[in-house]
Amino acid sequence: MKYGLFTRAAFFGVAALLAGSVSELRAEDTSALIAQGKYVAEASDCSACHTVRGRGEFAGGMEFKLPIGSIYSSNITPDPTHGIGAYSEAEFSRAVREGVRRDGASLYPAMPFPSYARMSDGDIHALYVYFMKGVQPVAQAVPPNGIPWPLSIRLPMSVWRAVFSPSVVAAQKDVNRSLPDGIRRGAYLVEGPGHCGACHSPRGMALQEKALSNSSGSLFLSGGAAIDGFVPTSLRQDQRTGLAGWSEDDIVQFLATGRNRRGEAFGGMTDAIFHGTQHLTDADLHAMARYLLSLQSHQPTLSAWHYDPSAATALQAGDASAQGAKVYVDHCAACHRSDGRGYAPAFPPLAGNPVLMSDDPASLVHVVQSGAVLPGMIKAPSAFAMPAYSGILSSQQIADVVTFIRKAWGNNAAPVTAATVEELRKSAPEPTIQKGIIPLN
Amino acid sequence: MCAKKVDAIVIGAGWAGSILAKELTEAGLSVVMLERGDERATAVEGDYPTSIDELRGAIRHRLFQNLSQSTVTIRNMPDQEALPYRRLAAFLPGEGVGGAGLHWSGVHFRVAPDDLALRTNVVARYGKNFIPEGMNLQDYGVTYEELEPFFDKAEKVFGTSGEPYTIKGKIAGNGNRFAPDRSDAFPLPAMGEVYSASLFRSAAANVGYHPYALPAANASAQYTNPYGVQMGPCNFCGYCSGYDCYMYSKASPNVNILPALRQDPKFTLITKAHVLKVNLDADKKKATGVSYLDLRTKKQVELDADLVIISAFQFHNVHLMLLSGIGQPYDPQQNTGTVGRNFVYQTITTSRAWLSPKQYTNLFVGAGGAGVAIDDFNSMNFDHGPLGFVGGSPVWVNQAGVKPIAAAIGGPGGKAPTWGEGYKDAMVDTYRHSLTIDAHGSNMAYRDVYLDLDPTYSNAYGQPLLRMTFNWKDNDIRMNQYVVGKIEPIIKAMGATRYSLGMLKDGEVFDTRRYQTTHLGGGAIMGTDPKTSCVNRYLQSWDVSNVFVIGASAFPQGMGYNPTGMVAALAYWAAYHIRTTYLKNPGPMVQA
Repeated sequence: MKYGLFTRAAFFGVAALLAGSVSELRAEDTSALIAQGKYVAEASDCSACHTVRGRGEFAGGMEFKLPIGSIYSSNITPDPTHGIGAYSEAEFSRAVREGVRRDGASLYPAMPFPSYARMSDGDIHALYVYFMKGVQPVAQAVPPNGIPWPLSIRLPMSVWRAVFSPSVVAAQKDVNRSLPDGIRRGAYLVEGPGHCGACHSPRGMALQEKALSNSSGSLFLSGGAAIDGFVPTSLRQDQRTGLAGWSEDDIVQFLATGRNRRGEAFGGMTDAIFHGTQHLTDADLHAMARYLLSLQSHQPTLSAWHYDPSAATALQAGDASAQGAKVYVDHCAACHRSDGRGYAPAFPPLAGNPVLMSDDPASLVHVVQSGAVLPGMIKAPSAFAMPAYSGILSSQQIADVVTFIRKAWGNNAAPVTAATVEELRKSAPEPTIQKGIIPLN
Repeated sequence: MCAKKVDAIVIGAGWAGSILAKELTEAGLSVVMLERGDERATAVEGDYPTSIDELRGAIRHRLFQNLSQSTVTIRNMPDQEALPYRRLAAFLPGEGVGGAGLHWSGVHFRVAPDDLALRTNVVARYGKNFIPEGMNLQDYGVTYEELEPFFDKAEKVFGTSGEPYTIKGKIAGNGNRFAPDRSDAFPLPAMGEVYSASLFRSAAANVGYHPYALPAANASAQYTNPYGVQMGPCNFCGYCSGYDCYMYSKASPNVNILPALRQDPKFTLITKAHVLKVNLDADKKKATGVSYLDLRTKKQVELDADLVIISAFQFHNVHLMLLSGIGQPYDPQQNTGTVGRNFVYQTITTSRAWLSPKQYTNLFVGAGGAGVAIDDFNSMNFDHGPLGFVGGSPVWVNQAGVKPIAAAIGGPGGKAPTWGEGYKDAMVDTYRHSLTIDAHGSNMAYRDVYLDLDPTYSNAYGQPLLRMTFNWKDNDIRMNQYVVGKIEPIIKAMGATRYSLGMLKDGEVFDTRRYQTTHLGGGAIMGTDPKTSCVNRYLQSWDVSNVFVIGASAFPQGMGYNPTGMVAALAYWAAYHIRTTYLKNPGPMVQA
């Protein structure tokens, strides 16, 4: 998996190499705890980074390519040598919530311990029992990290941790802050185990999240920097580029199936849903949705999107004279329609789609260049694919059609130049059909 | 070495196999589905614009059977030497996951109830002597009322678009007035009508016939089926027959069943697995499993199972039964045995009408299952007494989207020049301003039309090829001529500037070099008498009770309707009785 500079990539961790005693577990009803822990692992999206196809579940080995070398996600199975079997519960808790390895070294903060610091003692306990007793040990080492000395020295990470990661006590205090009725559970899931802010919140110079919860202000979940070439949108009540206009059911359906009447997941969000949110209960998804809907706009000056029929009227009258209109009719309209409304959920609408109205056109351009695949989910087994057009359309044609899409139907976003498209070609992900979860339908 | 054992083996990953595999895993069985072709994912190789490449698709047979490994031999008469079918033309069996269900058009009929008991009905109305000498006219042994819930289920799984006539006895729409009563509406409204279809509708009504919207497994809107899988709506691009649908709007096993089935841990799909034979115990009363060739490793694999479902394409089912020794092969001389008996096809002829240069039919537009039809001359819907033949044909405009190469191969038609400016003008005229009307009719079963093993030719694995002995017969030729005669007044009512009527000619022999239809049937037919049928009314082998043979191979004779709807309903019917009766007490469900 290739990560850009300002990404999850900067981080990563949990390498457990030292020996120790396996279990301090009392004889207790472990099966219920294992089930709870499995659920917490899903809510925390652990397998998105720690499970790689072809290796065992949670056996790690996912590559994070950084400019200074590659690091690999660790084996978090209970294998005592290659995994975390030697961790005590206190050591496990310290790794997950504080980013400190059993040997005292700091984890790379690709591991979202600043968010996990918010996880309750009960959830951490269940998670520990699950990883010790509910996960098969895999005696398989991950490749050694390829960062050369002296950059491999983890001391700066400890400084980073001390400065930017909250203590568990502080995090728990924030979790227990005063919140309106009915959103406490949702706030916990989104800000804590769900670590939504890892992607959807902006980061500072040291790649720290500028806000770790809504109590730190409206930067929280106001949209993040590109990951794998895709730009996470605002999850706040921002007009045009955020979730303004989405209903609670829209959000629930999206998190459960990766699709709804307003759009489809792509990029890293498909992993977050596939490995994570689709496994959550309806009650928890509704709680998350209610919490997200409570987040005030970060950019209150943005005006609401309103559908403008003029582009559709022109196309339907046979007028394709607008820049990019002909490319759109030839390559896009079959599925997304001349009125831009698509045929959700199979083909998402482009009219009023927050991804397209962002100031940063990277997501749109990259989806056109590389395509996108939405895998089948438990509650929506159908996979859908958007083809990759980088081998079919020139940068000028892509610029034209993207400009058309960003302008039409009331989207009114800025044009995109061929130079921008050409530049984005360099950071374009691999065509999606050729990697990741291959859809079978 | 011990063979692996599963609860059930399903042979073939088309509609019949996918339905059975889904139903059997729902019943809790571990199921292995064996498919000799490749994995086929619509979201990958069927994506836009990759899929809509006519040269690679329909012309170079992307989704069809690879005849270089196995084919059939064909002859017209029993005294001829059959020759291998080396180039796909007359019919196009599928290969790979989805089978012919991936590359079909999508016309999704139920059945004309009279056709299910055709022998009984003909004898009751016209007497036993009405049946021509040598015609093996038979009943299915199942009624429409028994099958209705399974037609309904199949339509909901397929996301079928259509307009009803009656629902629970009450008129519910302007659908086919000859269609049997329904328990529920179509899951989606009828497809829109292209210009040619709407012209046909008004002209047919003016002549006094009863036009209706063809029921189409092309989704007229977004749809989520009972398995939770999702379809997009058809946009009339015309790439249906011969293609995987990039809009996910043409029903296929790949889009409508397999996404859900693949999530079931009890289900395993093995591709590139060519089943050589069903293995039987010593007294040939029980199947023990199958032997298949792993086409990747070239190694033979034994797989054991309690239940074997033969659900490949129609003639592959018959071939596998003959190779496995299930039942007694049909002997036309002695008129004994059942395997290979009542091999049938369909009659189809196409008539063309040219309209004025101001009327644009735009033949490139269309949808494989959509159109307008009349049933006034299908099944028993008209008086055969004075006509002296059995059977009938629906008549329709089914503008399915004529792609450029196909249009050029078809030529301008009529009396146009074959080259030069006149040819070009005529091509353009035909492509823009003409329409076609099909008579898509029944084909009866005859004593000297059958399937057996070829004595000369073998496949790539050393097994004898299946031999087809097939020819057109006077009864069916006269039926076709009669129905085509009824098209003429419709064309005149349309105001056509000129037209040509396509019909079978007296004494016409079956020509394998020209595409007709892939609607082959029979050879392993269902019925109530083990002397004249291969499988009982539950599609269970009379001879080997843990083998079920699902598909159009069960049709006792060829009907006027397209077969897929009937195949799907029979598959759900058989599955229902396997689940509710057979699994509780394995053994023959009908005593011979």
